[in-house]
Amino acid sequence: MNWFRKPWSPYIAGGLVGLLAITSVVISTQLLAKPKYLGTSTTMVRLAGLAESQVASDHVSSNEYFQSKKIKVDWQMMLVVGIVIGAFLAAIASQEFKSETVPTLWKARFGPKWHVRALGAFLGGILAILGARLAGGCPSGHGLSGMMQLAGSGLLAMVGFMAGGILAANCIYRKGGN
Amino acid sequence: MELLLGLITGIFFGFLLQKGGVLRFEKQVGFLLLRDATILKFMFSAILVGSVGIYVCRDMGWIDLKLKSISIGAQLIGGGLFGLGWAILGYCPGTAGGALGEGRWHAGWGILGMLVGAGLYAELYPSLKDSVLTWGTYGKKSIPEILGIHHWLIIGMFTLLYLAIFFLLERGPKKG
Repeated sequence: MNWFRKPWSPYIAGGLVGLLAITSVVISTQLLAKPKYLGTSTTMVRLAGLAESQVASDHVSSNEYFQSKKIKVDWQMMLVVGIVIGAFLAAIASQEFKSETVPTLWKARFGPKWHVRALGAFLGGILAILGARLAGGCPSGHGLSGMMQLAGSGLLAMVGFMAGGILAANCIYRKGGN
Repeated sequence: MELLLGLITGIFFGFLLQKGGVLRFEKQVGFLLLRDATILKFMFSAILVGSVGIYVCRDMGWIDLKLKSISIGAQLIGGGLFGLGWAILGYCPGTAGGALGEGRWHAGWGILGMLVGAGLYAELYPSLKDSVLTWGTYGKKSIPEILGIHHWLIIGMFTLLYLAIFFLLERGPKKG
């Protein structure tokens, strides 16, 4: 069981994600009569809708976008829950579970204060999901699932993700780190 | 059944994300700074294996594709905006969840931001629907359909491209 305790090559882990994606589509087609491709960002919409409907359910039920995504606990939301659990199990297995409030590279650029990182992560999260929903997917839905299916939309979105990310990261972190 | 299937698939997915080492902020931003190729190797390996498998299964008639609609405006502008957020947060929605599982609590602030952003997007949607989302729309088309080239030829070309990138990464002086 030594392999279980060690980190894996990204080629192996990535290749296995490819197999997982295929298996998921085949099994979901058989059992659920609809293909389930990996994706995560619509879950944020459903979670936001579920939270909002606690305080303003009329507003959610009259919102066109929320209604188009069907606000409920679904396959993809459970996938996201599973990702947290799976990552936790793997981190425990490889003894890599590490409590971290400010990552090293961030610290080098913006200092060690946790609330600065929290604010940055929060704002980054807002921008990332606005972009992902506008593009119609994230690096899972467009990047992995889209590219696997040779989707035109997947390739376009990947170009956008990479161009935006590389440009922004070089502007933001060039001064720090290294 | 649907929920259980999602959960199990997610556990495997999260396990592999962690084992592949892609849940670290330094790996994510390092990729965007073009200093670390872990993310690239991971993603391209997944796409390489996945594209062959998906199209074999589709050609056998076992599964259907589920393509997202093309909107050049939405995908390039939205993609770019996502990239900016990705660089600041250091995670995408899937890896943020995984990072949380690995104990990187700061990713949780990012998820909180994503929930707020998703609510915001729902409010903006009516105006986006008639503007950005309509720019350069071509429907749910695949690259082989657009180019009029057989899909296995396209898969072959992508596979060669990914393998060439892997080869260059492994023999180059900077190893990820």
